[in-house]
Amino acid sequence: MELYNLSAVELTEKLKNKELDSATLYAHFLERIKDVEGKIKAFVRYNEKPCHLIKNKDNYPLNKGLYGLSVAIKDNICIKGKETTCSSKILQGFKAPYDATVISKLKEAGASFIGQTNMDEFAFGSSTETSFYGVTHNPWELERIPGGSSGGSAAAVAAGEVTVALGSDTGGSIRQPAAMCGVVGLKPTYGRVSRYGLIAFASSLDQIGTLSKTVEDAALIMNIISGKDERDSTSCDVETPDFIEVLKGDLKGLKAGIPKEYFIEGLNSEVKAAVDEAIKVFKKLGVEVEEISLPHTKYAVSTYYLIAPAEASSNLARFDGVQYGVRDKASDLMQMYKNTRAEGFGQEAIRRIILGTYSLSSGYYEAYYLKALKARAIIANDFKEAFKRVDFILTPTTPTTAFKINEKIDDPLQMYLSDIFTIPVNLAGIPAMSIPCGFDSKKLPVGLQIITKAFDEATMLKVGYGYQQNTSWHKEKPNL
Amino acid sequence: MDVKYVANLAKIKLTPEEADKLQLQLDNILSFFKDLENLNTENIEPLSHVLDVKNVFRDDNPKVSISKEEILDLAPEKNDDFIKVPKVIG
Repeated sequence: MELYNLSAVELTEKLKNKELDSATLYAHFLERIKDVEGKIKAFVRYNEKPCHLIKNKDNYPLNKGLYGLSVAIKDNICIKGKETTCSSKILQGFKAPYDATVISKLKEAGASFIGQTNMDEFAFGSSTETSFYGVTHNPWELERIPGGSSGGSAAAVAAGEVTVALGSDTGGSIRQPAAMCGVVGLKPTYGRVSRYGLIAFASSLDQIGTLSKTVEDAALIMNIISGKDERDSTSCDVETPDFIEVLKGDLKGLKAGIPKEYFIEGLNSEVKAAVDEAIKVFKKLGVEVEEISLPHTKYAVSTYYLIAPAEASSNLARFDGVQYGVRDKASDLMQMYKNTRAEGFGQEAIRRIILGTYSLSSGYYEAYYLKALKARAIIANDFKEAFKRVDFILTPTTPTTAFKINEKIDDPLQMYLSDIFTIPVNLAGIPAMSIPCGFDSKKLPVGLQIITKAFDEATMLKVGYGYQQNTSWHKEKPNL
Repeated sequence: MDVKYVANLAKIKLTPEEADKLQLQLDNILSFFKDLENLNTENIEPLSHVLDVKNVFRDDNPKVSISKEEILDLAPEKNDDFIKVPKVIG
């Protein structure tokens, strides 16, 4: 089997045992990128030479070492000295003056960075079509979108250009592209992973997470990037279990909840069929399955699209042409701001900034933003109630498989609705993961979402691992 | 919503065509949000932070940070130790 088809756990084992050296492996992945990148366009930029070279480090703590394995990073996570642009024109040429905490941790674990992956501009989107640098193509069918906003990371892993990648998830931006590209996408609990050095979209919702071929690989990266960071006051001082150790053991006796509000009109019948089959697998593994209700699910999209753009409009106020990035010429300061932002931001970014500014503006704040914060409390409480009865929740990750490029780009509301099953989790701050659970009749991947309570990534990973030990969907590869 | 007014608050210049298109799209999105009016939020406390954590303090010890030169190097225009901008008062 080609090395690019192996998992991170398999490759790091070979690197550790010196069956393989990291420079050879890096060259192997570069060759793969050169072979397929013309079709996929997953990367905004990639490095001919590893951007971080490990020196004389052979012994990493158990289940934490990468031994020189190449990792791809979404273009909104700062790597010192590297251009980091959020796939936006406004940050063109911006070289990050510091490493994000996750980057420092990956460096310590022996990662080499092979490139930065394409994304919807500032993570605003569900299709990776709003990038200033062009569209990324789904490796399973090139005229379809890879999902978004971490579409480049998901497509790169699916195409074998890299084994693992980091993404960020504000309303589904890791899980939705993972589902559409047939890979594993994990969004940790809000506060599990430091956001220091992640260029902010919506600070109360953003979380860095992983895209990988297997659940075990997600556990490996989570072992490295988790933990309290004094530079992110919202990161939490909770213990990081060894996420690889927790994978062991069977699932017998665990209780799964199936929320009836996720099996509604608009859910594609082939997606539903694949998820129903996955539920049967869990029953065979001894999981008790019961129907549950998350009664306020239908309010989640409205709630999210009020809160997230409000926070974004505030966070993106810093991009004004003064301190960094692109500046447009003008005779006075006010015109410089307005010209720079009009020229530097794409259509979707402008749409969200205006929407957010409006919902925070005098006279509308209470009707929109404050109302949404109250709705958020109600939606979060739905999950709290559910987790009194069950250990984990199973849902489809997305209502449909990957749609066609340009299909929804001129209809923002339809685009927003493609996040309907992933958004509630971010509002509640809890962890969730998408794993491949089958294909539709066009051979497009379907994702199964596993949700657990706050800081219970251990159960989520164990459940996902148990599924992958008994199925082979995650081993299927696109034909490139 | 008056898109032109809000765009001015957000410091974004729009052409009349862009403003018209956005007006239609955002009116459509805002009417979708009306479903929230059906949700009873009486006596519900707004949730702005999901975790049950209180104010977090750390010791105030100075540490080495990013140098002034590195920050100035990122600026589109500079003059000695300052970032330069177009005139503020006409």
